[in-house]
Amino acid sequence: MLQAITKLASLKNFYFFCGKLLPWFAWPTLILMIVGLYWGLVEAPADYQQKDSYRIIYIHVPAAWMSLFVYMVMATSAAASLIWKTKASEVVANSCAPIGAAFTFLALATGSLWGKPMWGTWWEWDARLTSELVLLFLYLGYMALQSAFEDKRTAARATAILAIVGVVNIPIIHYSVEWWFTLHQGPTVQVLQEKQAMDKSMLYPLMVMATAFKTYFATVLLMRSRNEILERESHTKWVQEEREHL
Amino acid sequence: MTLSEFLYMDGYYLYVWASYGLALVVMLAQFINPIRRKRQLLKQLGRKKRRGQRT
Repeated sequence: MLQAITKLASLKNFYFFCGKLLPWFAWPTLILMIVGLYWGLVEAPADYQQKDSYRIIYIHVPAAWMSLFVYMVMATSAAASLIWKTKASEVVANSCAPIGAAFTFLALATGSLWGKPMWGTWWEWDARLTSELVLLFLYLGYMALQSAFEDKRTAARATAILAIVGVVNIPIIHYSVEWWFTLHQGPTVQVLQEKQAMDKSMLYPLMVMATAFKTYFATVLLMRSRNEILERESHTKWVQEEREHL
Repeated sequence: MTLSEFLYMDGYYLYVWASYGLALVVMLAQFINPIRRKRQLLKQLGRKKRRGQRT
């Protein structure tokens, strides 16, 4: 087991491993997106209070979930590279940052587009919204810090520390709607509850979209990681050989 | 439900379609970027290699 992990940690092996995984995420993403969009936009009934405006949920909630999930993946990989000095985990952490930033931006922007008709305001400086904005800055800060160092190993150490410290923000975002009074509604979906606040006809398409966002993230993460490996290993023989294959 | 009813979204069309449109643009860009980047990287590698052979 340990041997398998060490082997995978070499960038060359990780490159081919990512390549093998890629189609297993890319194609399901396409199918899940089509099913989820049709289900959420056409089949699911309108909300009795929010009417059709609630359909923003099928983008907003998966994007917001992913903004947290990607951060945890990034921080975990960053911690791994700090502890074991594995290059593959550095690559993964670096590849997470722009994708996470994109999801966070989408969560904020769609939240704003939903807030305007429902709350009557684009933005409110409350706990949920502000902590999510901080998350966006953490991602952007990570990317800026990463590009500030010439040496990749030094950059990896600095960004890893930033990523790990930033983890404190994650529970704050998650529990903000319970801890503080906020304009944002409380959690609609709760994993460990038998009786869901949301009707199945709306919940199921949301789950499909959330899964689609997950596989989408995996797809883009694998593609980005492969590129970064090519870049880092451009001087090696196997990369030159790989080039001739294409 | 007619197509125009669907597009109208109970009057919330601006907010709903702006959200979906934005998601489409951002997520498509995130997907296409690495594909273009890879092509660019391989091209650069090719140039580097040819230079290497000449010297």
